[in-house]
Amino acid sequence: MKAWDAIIIGGGHNGLVNACYLQRAGLDVLVVEKNDWVGGAATSRELTPGFLYSNCSYVCSLFRPEIMRDLELPRFGLQVISYEGGAVFTRDGDYLANCRDHDAHRREFARFSRRDAEAYDRYARDVTRQCRFIQPLLMRTAPDPTSLKPRDLGELLYLGKKFAGLSAEEMALTLRFWTMSISEFLDEYFETDVIKANFALSGIIGTALGPMSPGTAYVLLHHYMGEVDGSVGAWGYARGGMGAVTKALAASFKASGGTIRTGAEVDHVLVQRGKAKGVVLAGGEEIYGKLVVSNADVKRTFLKLVEEKELPDIFLRRVKNFKIRGSSGKVNIALDSRPEFPALPKDSPVYRGDMHLTDSMERMERAYDDWKAGRWSADPFLDMVIPTTLDPTMASPGKHFMSCFVQYAPPKVNGREWTDADRDGFAESVIAQIAEYSPGFRDRIVHMEVRTPREIEAEVGLTEGNIFQGELTFDQLLFNRPVPGYAQYRSPVGGLYMCGSSTHPGGGVMGAPGRNAAVKILRDLAKSTSHMSPAHDVI
Amino acid sequence: MNRHVKINSARIAAQSHFRTLRLGTPFQPRIDALAKTQDWYNWAGYRAPHSLWDEELEYFAIRSQAALFDISPMTKYRIEGPDAEAFLDRVTLRDVTKLRPGRIHYTAWCDDEGFVLDDGTLFRLSPTRFRLCSQERHLPWLLDSAIGFDVTVKEETEAVAGLALQGPTSFAALRDAGFAGVEKLRVFDLADFAHDGSTVTISRTGFTGDLGYELFVPADKALSLWDRLMTSGELHGIRAIGYTALNRARLEAGLIVANADFTTAEHAIRADRLRMPDEIGLGFMIDLEKGHFNGRRAILAARAKCKLRHVLVGLEIEGNIPAEHAIVYHKKSGEVGLVSAAMWSPMAKRNIAIASLARPYGDTVVEDLWVEIYAMRELQYQKLMKRAKVVARPFIKLERRTTTPPADF
Amino acid sequence: MTSFDAIVIGCGHNGLVTAATLATAGRKVLVLEAGKEVGGAARTEEFAPGFRGSSVAHLLNRLHPDVVKTLELEKHGLKIARADFIPSVALSKNGPPLVLHGAYGEVLTGASSSEQSAWRDLRAQLLRYAGILKPFLSRRPPDLDGMSLLETASLGQTALALRKLGKEDMRDFLRVLLMNVADLLDEQLEDIRLKGLLAFDATLGCHLGPRSPTSLLGLYYRLAGETGGAAGAQMLPQGGMGAVVAAIRASAERAGVVIRISAPVAKIVVEKGRAVGVTLDNGEELRASTIVSAINPATTFLDLVGPREIDTGFVRKVKNIRMRGDAAKLNLALDRPPQFTGVDAAGHNGRLVIAPSPDHVERAFNPSKYGEFSQEPVMEITLPSLADPSLAPGGACVLSTVVQYAPYALKEGWVAGKPKFLKAIMAQLEAYAPSIGKSIVHAELLTPADIETRYRMPGGHWHHGELQADQMLMSRPVSSWSGYDTPIEGLFLAGAGSHPGGGVSGAPGLNAAWRIIAMGR
Repeated sequence: MKAWDAIIIGGGHNGLVNACYLQRAGLDVLVVEKNDWVGGAATSRELTPGFLYSNCSYVCSLFRPEIMRDLELPRFGLQVISYEGGAVFTRDGDYLANCRDHDAHRREFARFSRRDAEAYDRYARDVTRQCRFIQPLLMRTAPDPTSLKPRDLGELLYLGKKFAGLSAEEMALTLRFWTMSISEFLDEYFETDVIKANFALSGIIGTALGPMSPGTAYVLLHHYMGEVDGSVGAWGYARGGMGAVTKALAASFKASGGTIRTGAEVDHVLVQRGKAKGVVLAGGEEIYGKLVVSNADVKRTFLKLVEEKELPDIFLRRVKNFKIRGSSGKVNIALDSRPEFPALPKDSPVYRGDMHLTDSMERMERAYDDWKAGRWSADPFLDMVIPTTLDPTMASPGKHFMSCFVQYAPPKVNGREWTDADRDGFAESVIAQIAEYSPGFRDRIVHMEVRTPREIEAEVGLTEGNIFQGELTFDQLLFNRPVPGYAQYRSPVGGLYMCGSSTHPGGGVMGAPGRNAAVKILRDLAKSTSHMSPAHDVI
Repeated sequence: MNRHVKINSARIAAQSHFRTLRLGTPFQPRIDALAKTQDWYNWAGYRAPHSLWDEELEYFAIRSQAALFDISPMTKYRIEGPDAEAFLDRVTLRDVTKLRPGRIHYTAWCDDEGFVLDDGTLFRLSPTRFRLCSQERHLPWLLDSAIGFDVTVKEETEAVAGLALQGPTSFAALRDAGFAGVEKLRVFDLADFAHDGSTVTISRTGFTGDLGYELFVPADKALSLWDRLMTSGELHGIRAIGYTALNRARLEAGLIVANADFTTAEHAIRADRLRMPDEIGLGFMIDLEKGHFNGRRAILAARAKCKLRHVLVGLEIEGNIPAEHAIVYHKKSGEVGLVSAAMWSPMAKRNIAIASLARPYGDTVVEDLWVEIYAMRELQYQKLMKRAKVVARPFIKLERRTTTPPADF
Repeated sequence: MTSFDAIVIGCGHNGLVTAATLATAGRKVLVLEAGKEVGGAARTEEFAPGFRGSSVAHLLNRLHPDVVKTLELEKHGLKIARADFIPSVALSKNGPPLVLHGAYGEVLTGASSSEQSAWRDLRAQLLRYAGILKPFLSRRPPDLDGMSLLETASLGQTALALRKLGKEDMRDFLRVLLMNVADLLDEQLEDIRLKGLLAFDATLGCHLGPRSPTSLLGLYYRLAGETGGAAGAQMLPQGGMGAVVAAIRASAERAGVVIRISAPVAKIVVEKGRAVGVTLDNGEELRASTIVSAINPATTFLDLVGPREIDTGFVRKVKNIRMRGDAAKLNLALDRPPQFTGVDAAGHNGRLVIAPSPDHVERAFNPSKYGEFSQEPVMEITLPSLADPSLAPGGACVLSTVVQYAPYALKEGWVAGKPKFLKAIMAQLEAYAPSIGKSIVHAELLTPADIETRYRMPGGHWHHGELQADQMLMSRPVSSWSGYDTPIEGLFLAGAGSHPGGGVSGAPGLNAAWRIIAMGR
C-alpha cells in the first residue's frame, strides 16, 4: 500500500501553499478535499449561469508576495487588479472617499474637516510604525515564552530586539496600540465621525468585536500589514474571482508533481501509538501518509478528526476553549446592470473600490450589540465591492457581480441554529440597507446567494462560520495561537501538523500559516528550505 | 436614508475635486502660457513648474535680472488674537516678543522630544496678527497648541496667493510698478501697499540669498498683480522661473529645505531620522532666556547630556562634479554621513554641498573628510573619491541683499 | 512664616499618605485642601439629618499593607480584624442568593457542589495570577527608556514569579492576561449568579463590559489588593471611610504635617521649567522646592500649571486620558432596614450585588457607550448602619450603593436624566427588596457629574482616569511620564490618576513619596 510523504487535509489556500512547498522540497504530497472543487474559502463559483461568484473571500490584500514568487503564481494565472477608490456613504447624501493620491485624499477629508485632513499624515506615520514592527513577525514561527530551547530563545531575543529598537515613546505606543479599541485610538487623531468610521472598519472586519472593544486597534494592523514596504498589490481583486488564487496554487502544485483528490472528505486521522499514519475518508477508504497536515481549523481538526484519547487533557481543554465564534455573513448578488448610488458622481472611481454604508462609530458599535445579543445586525455594516467594474471575466458585459460582506451575524440565533427564515431575514436587512442608498437596487437583482455562518460552516467547513479560523484577540495571537504550547504548527500527535488560519499569524488570504508550517515540517524532516524565499526585508 | 439629517451643500459641491488631482494656483493661467517645457512637479497637490523655458537661464535670471516664482502652494496659517504672540512664543523656537510688527523672522518649531516639526517664516502683520508659512501642514499641532490661549488659527493657503520676486533688478521692477516706499524696506521688513482695490503685503524676504521680495495678495487679485509686475519689469529683464533654478539659488545661499535636507518629525517613520535644531544648523534659533517653548526641556537635556548625534554642515568639495546624495567618509573609509544637496555654484565658482554628518564628524572632527561621488556618465558610474572641507554657510554673500535702499541695477 | 520643603495639593487619602510619608522622612510638609473637609472622595458625610455614610468609596478592600505599616495606621485608630471581613452576596430574583464568604469566597455557599469545586480552582488561579501582578502595585512602573526594559526590578521579580508558576500555568497566565472576563468565566463556571458577580467586580469603575477584551484585568486589580493580609478581603470601616482617612490624618499630623483646609490652589508657580510654589485663590503665594499634586492629572496640568508651561504633545496626552466615569453613588436614608429576599442577617451585613448574569452586566453596559444610562442597572449595596448604628438614627438604616452604568456625558443631560435614572435604580432595588421604596426618608443620587463638582474629580471618575490596559503601568497617567515625576522639575503627581490607580489603597501616594525621597528632594 502506498504511503504518501504527506497528506494535506483540506484544499484551502493555506493547505495548497503548504502542499506546494512540501512537494517542491521533494516530498510526495496528496491533498484531500471534501468538496468537488478546491479553494476552501477562496473560490470562484458559477452559481447562476453567466456569473462567477467570489462567494467567500472577495479581496486579495494580504497574500504574501514572497509566496506568490516562490510558487510562481503569476505564471499559473494569478493576476491582481487594484482597487481604484473606496468610500463611506453618509446619511446626508454625501460620501467620504478614499483617494489614492495623497493630496486628493487630504482635500477629500478637508471637505469634512480641515483639521482631520491635516491629521492624516501623523496617523499614517504612527500606524506605519506599528506595521513595520509587526510585519516581520508574520513570516516567523511564534516563540514559546516558556521554552528554553535555543530556537525559541532566539525568536524571543528577536522580538525583544525588535521591541528594544523602538524608542520609549514608540514602545509605549505599541503597548497601548495592542490593548486599545480602534475607536479610542482614532479619537486621538480625528474629530469627524465619518472619518473615524472610515478607518475603524479595518479594526472590525472578520472579528467578533465592535469598534469600541479593546484590541481592535491591533485588528486594524492585521488588515494594513499587506501594505508596507513595497508589498505588491495592496487591496485588489483577483481576476476571475478569488478562486483564481487557489486555482493558481493548485496548478502550481500539480505542475510540481502533486496530487489532489476532490470529493474526498476525511472522516478521521489515522493514529497509531501516538503517531499520525494517514487519514480515513468518509467512505472508509484508508490513505497512508508519513505525516498529515490539517488545513482545517483547530477545533475541527482535534474535536472531529482526532479521537479524544489521543490528546492530552490540557491540550483538549485549550482546544475546547479556543474562541471561534463566527461574526459575519455574505450576500452575493448577480445584477443585470451596475447599481447606481445617487450620492456618487457617475464617473467616480469609488465604484471600482470598496463601498460602505456605516458612517458613524455608534452605528457600527450598535450593529455589534445585536451580535452580542445573538441577533444579526438590524443596521448591518457592509463591505461592498463590484469586482466586475474592473474584471470582465466574471459576468457578461453590462452585468455585474456584487459581493457584500456583512457584519454582524452570530453563529447561532438566540442560542438556536439558523433557519432558512432567519437567513432570508438576514438578507433582507442587507438588501433593504443598500436599497436606501441605491434606488432601484432590488430590480437589478438576477440571483442572490446568502451565506450565514451556518452556510459558511456547512460548505467551507469553518467551525461556527468564523472566517479567520479563530478570533483575533490577544489570547489567541502569536504564541497563544491556536493554543498555548502548540503555536509552532505541531500537535500532540506525532506527525500531525496544522497549517490553517487557526495558527499564527491568523486569517485572511495571506498564505503565511501554510508557509510557516512548511518551514516547520521541513526542518523537522531535516530537509532543505532553500526553495523558500526569506521574508522580505523591512528597512 | 435618514432624511432628517441636514444636507451640507457646500461640502457636496466640493466633491468634484477628484477630477483634478493637481490644482492650478491663482497664477496658473499666466504660468501655463509661459510653460514652454511643460515640466511639472507636484508641490503639495499643485501643478508647479520644474522649469518654464530653460533652467540654466532661469537661474541666471535670479542672479542677474529679476525672477518671478509662484509660492502660492506654500502652507500658510493666519494666527490672530490677543494671545497670538504668547502662543507663537510657546510654539516656536525664537523669541516672538522681540519680533516687532512689520517684521519677519525665520524660525522653526519642535515636538516635545525637541525634534523639528518644520521650519518656516513668521510674519508679524500687526501686534495681534501673524502669518506662519511652512513646507508641511500643521493644523492639528497648532490647534492643540492653542489650548489655553486666546487665539484663532486658520489655514489660508488657498485664499492667499504668493509670489517671490528675486534678483538684482527686483527692487527697480517694484518701484516702477508704483509701489512707492518699497525702497524703505530693509531685510525682513514688510509693509502693505495698495493694489487693484485691495492690498498686497510686500516683504523683503526670499529664498535666494539675493536682493528680493515676496508678495502676498488675495487669490482674486493674483492675475492683476502678476501683470503689473511683468509690465513694470519688462525693461528690467523680469522672467518667470521654475523650482530647479530656485533650488540652485537657495543652495548657494546655504538654506535648507524640510524633507529634503532633514526629515520633519511628523513624517519620520524611522526613529533615527528625527532631528533636533542643533543637528540641522538651527541651534541659533533656540532662546533659553525666553519663556517656555515646545521641546525646551528635551533640547536642554540633549545639550547637557551630549545626546546630539548629528550635525548639518556646508561642504566645499574639490573638483567640479556635483556630489548629490554622495556618502561622506572619514579617512576614505568610515561612513560618517550623507550629502542632501550639492551643485557646482556658478556664483561662487566652487563645488558646494549640504551634508548631514554623525557627530563628532563635522563638529569637532573636520579633517580628512571625503565624499564618494557616483557620477553617471553614458550608462556608467564614474566613481570619484573627493576631498571635502567643512565651510561656513552661506556659500555666497551678496551685499545687495541687505543694502537699503537697494541700488538700481 | 514657616517655610516648607514640600507642598501637597489635595487632601484626599493619597495626598495625606504622601504628606505623612515625606514628613516621616524628615520633610516639612504642608497639605492644601480646597474643600472644607479632608478626605476627598473618601469621607463620611451626613446626607440626611441623622444619616451618615461614606460619600463615594464605601468598602475597604485594598488599603496597601505598606501604607498601613509605614504610617502605623493601627496605632492611629484603624482597626482591621478578620472578623470584620464581610461576604459578597450575589442576589437572585427567583431563588436563594449565592454567597462568597471570607476573603473573596474562601467558602462559597448557595451553589452546587460541582460549582463550589470549580470556584475553588478558579479562585486559586485568579489569586495566583493576581499575585504575579501584585509587586507592580508598590513600585514605579517599569522604565521603558532604552534597554532597561528587561532590567527593571519589578519585571525581573515578575519573571521569577512566572517561572514559579510552572510551564502550563504560565502559559495559561499569558493566554488569559488580556482576555475578557465573560469568556474566562464561561470556560470554568456554570452558575450565572456567580459569573454575574465576578463580571460585575471586574468591570466596576470601568468603561468596559464583561465581554470587552482586557476586562479580566479589573478582577486582577481587585484581587491584587488585600485587607488584613488576605487578598480580596473587604470590610466596611467602622465610622465609614472618613474614619480611615482620620487615621491617616492622625498619622500625618503626628509626623508634623500641616494641613490647611479651604485653601484652593489657583496656580502652580513655574519658573524656567521648575515648580517653585503655588498661588491660592485668594492670591496668597506659598513657596517650596517640591510640589506634589495629589489631585487629578488633567486638573493639575491644564488648570494649575497651564498649557503655556508644558509642551503641546504633553497637553495632548493629558487631554487624551479617558476619565469619564460610569459609576453613580446612591445614598438612601431608610426608616427601617430593608429586607432583601432570601438573604439572612449575616448577608445583610455584607456586600449585596445585583448583577444577575454576565449578559445582564453587558446589556447594562451597552447604553453607556452612546451616552445613555442602563435601564436595568447593576450595583453593589451595603447597609453600613447595621454594624455601625452610629451612622443612622435608632431603628433607621443607611443604604449605600454604587451603581453602573451612568455615563458622565449623558446625551440628554443629567438634569433631565437624573430622576429617570433614580427611578430605574429603585425599580431594580424593589425587585430584590420588595417595598424598599416605601421606607425611603431621603435619597441622594450622585451622578458622575455630581461627583465631579462635589469632589473635584473631572469626569466624576473615581480612578482619575480609566483603569484599562492602555492607561495602566507605564501609560499611567501618560506614557513617558508614569513614574510620578512630570515635565516640570520639582512637580510630582501622587493621586489615583498615577500608577497603580484608584480605590482606597494609598499606593500612588506612597510610591510618589518614595520617588521624591529617592531623588533626594
